[in-house]
Amino acid sequence: MEIIETDVAIIGAGGAGLRAAIALAEADPKLRIALVSKVYPMRSHTCAAEGGAAGVVKRDDSLEEHFNDTVGGGDWLSDQDAVDYFIREAPRELVQLEHWGCPWSREADGSVAVRPFGGMIKERTWFAADKSGFHILHTLFQTSLQFASIQRFDEYYATALLVDEGRCVGFTAIEMRSGQMRRFDARAVIICGGGAGRIFPFTTNGAIKTGDGMALAYRAGVPLKDMEFVQYHPTGLPNTGTLLTEACRGEGGVLLNKNGRRFLQDYGMGPETPLGTPVFKTMELGPRDRVSQAFWHEQKKGNMVPTQWGDCMLLDMRHLGEKKIDERLPLVRDMSISYMGVDPVTDPVPVRPVVHYMMGGIHTDIKAATPLNGLFAAGECACVSINGANRLGSNSLTELLVFGRRAALSALEYLQAGARPARDSALASLAGAEQGRIRELMQRTGSGETVAGLRKAMLHLMEQHAGIYRSGEGLTEACARLLELRRRYRKIELHDKTNVYNTDLLQALELGSMLDCAEAVTQSALARRESRGAHQRLDFAERDDKNFLRHSLAYHHASEAPRIGYCDVVITRSQPGVRDYSGHHE
Amino acid sequence: MSERTVELDVLRYNPETDKEPHFQRYSVACREEWVVLDALNHVKENLDPTLSYRWSCHMAVCGSCGMMINGEPKLACKAFLRDYPGLIRAEPLRHFPIERDLVTVMDDFMAKLARVKPYLIPKQEKPPGGGEYRQTPAELKRFKQYSMCINCMLCYAACPEYGLIPSYLGPAAIALGHRWNQDSRDGGRDQRQEELAAKEGAWDCSFVGACSEVCPEHVDPAGAIQQVKIRSTVDWYQQHLMPWLKK
Repeated sequence: MEIIETDVAIIGAGGAGLRAAIALAEADPKLRIALVSKVYPMRSHTCAAEGGAAGVVKRDDSLEEHFNDTVGGGDWLSDQDAVDYFIREAPRELVQLEHWGCPWSREADGSVAVRPFGGMIKERTWFAADKSGFHILHTLFQTSLQFASIQRFDEYYATALLVDEGRCVGFTAIEMRSGQMRRFDARAVIICGGGAGRIFPFTTNGAIKTGDGMALAYRAGVPLKDMEFVQYHPTGLPNTGTLLTEACRGEGGVLLNKNGRRFLQDYGMGPETPLGTPVFKTMELGPRDRVSQAFWHEQKKGNMVPTQWGDCMLLDMRHLGEKKIDERLPLVRDMSISYMGVDPVTDPVPVRPVVHYMMGGIHTDIKAATPLNGLFAAGECACVSINGANRLGSNSLTELLVFGRRAALSALEYLQAGARPARDSALASLAGAEQGRIRELMQRTGSGETVAGLRKAMLHLMEQHAGIYRSGEGLTEACARLLELRRRYRKIELHDKTNVYNTDLLQALELGSMLDCAEAVTQSALARRESRGAHQRLDFAERDDKNFLRHSLAYHHASEAPRIGYCDVVITRSQPGVRDYSGHHE
Repeated sequence: MSERTVELDVLRYNPETDKEPHFQRYSVACREEWVVLDALNHVKENLDPTLSYRWSCHMAVCGSCGMMINGEPKLACKAFLRDYPGLIRAEPLRHFPIERDLVTVMDDFMAKLARVKPYLIPKQEKPPGGGEYRQTPAELKRFKQYSMCINCMLCYAACPEYGLIPSYLGPAAIALGHRWNQDSRDGGRDQRQEELAAKEGAWDCSFVGACSEVCPEHVDPAGAIQQVKIRSTVDWYQQHLMPWLKK
């Protein structure tokens, strides 16, 4: 097996991975950095983020307000020391990106423009029209090309971490082009593998968002934290799940039921605000969990608009006018017309809530370190946690910058503290065993279990039982059946037994990651007998701070259901209170 | 929901088992609103798990799913079945080596992109604590269009020059180099010009304009290339006829 020796290896080359790579290259030009991704960096899903990145920059804004919005928005499940670090670093990171050439939208005087976003009390979301994530990703990727020490391994799929004597010392990966397995020996590993939205059938997430990074850490013994918190974005196109950014509402768009009523006022997010003049933190600028939950209730009441793709609400942007829509939301207009045949300039667009983001992920501390020595994680795959039970829109693009860099610095500190090289014999035997596992998967015949069949069963379970509202009964069934699917997965059979760019194999491995993540979601959700943020239980409708003001931790087991444990939430100065989105701001 | 059976001819090639590429036909029960990518996904999931192609975002921003559809370079996620009444033929992007089926080798572009130094070479260094560079909306507009390139490679598949002269830098790489030259914060034009204005840079372009026609993001690489040529002509005159003038 070919061996690639490196100092720090990064798995995932989206926003967080690229930011980490650049931070390492800048900190020490002699460092050997391997940037390993299953796709080319510019294909990473960071590119699909639209609305923007939050960071305090305007004179009337304050770090304290960003802190309060984030902690309250997260229903007090965020670690407040991590939030403090995040909001303090945020402006610096966004300016850094500006210095690297990111085409942020501007005010007339040449300063960076900011827009309102859901759950935020001030305008602090930096944006590049409605392709903010795309521009962040390409700015980082192109900037990374100036560093010779960043060696890229594009289209390599990491299959397993190598752990020796309690330390992560590398991983194995399949080079897609040849189908050959490579061994990456690294003194430290950073996982920036993105989220796992594809465990649900209706999602804004691209095909690549299969939770591979989470599963790598999970199987190596690192717990997945707060996995039950899955964010539904309120406004997706009903047929494709394509995201229409929250900036639609930040710019003044409103949500209507079939009677033309701005129904959010009936769900604790009113009174109604004047059309075209959005008010911070109320009505259409409420947080995503609350808006998606309001949709669910309206749907139950029969107040939604039936379409061939299911019940929808209407996102009305007509009053913004063509000029503003073209200037601020050109992608939204383009996608509404091409995929739905509806022009937001002349008609309201039918939309419905769609799975968008995993608040949970690899258990990391405030320094982006996991409990496994030598392993770090950042971005959507990680859970620090700054997002708590519900992420505020535009905090995640900033998060991958702040914690991508933090992970790099921590990895560097770990190396400087004298990380020992791994024992070659141990590496060889671990990698050999992994190669054996993949070979066995490739050669297996006769079971009839297929990638498509198991995936369909998983998607159906998640849609049925792990959606906006959940019940103990439904989750119990989902858990039992997911465990069964995991067992059936061990017999899965490939149709394609060849080596070059074998996407049958790739999808089988991705399905393995997704099943692990899906089970962590449902088991953590079943154990959390309360309702908080994006996790709503019909049988436990209230928040229960006495028993559940803590993070859940799912520990992997090879053949049984994961064990669920807990750890404390870090509270420094904001005690759990009432989330008020009535517009009555102090 | 109206359905339609689409006859889909897909170019197949597996270097391990095939001597030559060949077409394989699939009959796919499609919804009228689908794009070609949906039809391919249906094939992959229900008819033939061995078919290989790249895709991810399904919203024309990740740039993965470029392919030839009925002879034209398209993003499969933005090629609507309603625009193709008859047989649909999907092939890998023209001018690129086939890795497998619809997957092409894009090493050439990745190397060329790095050569144009597609990053800010600041006119004046600024510490991160020093706040942002000022840039007016008008200054932003001068380069914004060129920054929209998603690296989907459709322009290379459309470019007859690239087909003839593989060493040609090509539309996307030149447009991206030009993007940084046009940025008011940048002072690296002289460094980039070595590549952009070289023989295998902008001057290889014969201004067919096919690149701009197929660009799904309306980047207009052809316009960028002509501007590079004009600037390099001005440079030449200044150097050779008016050497007393500073560039």
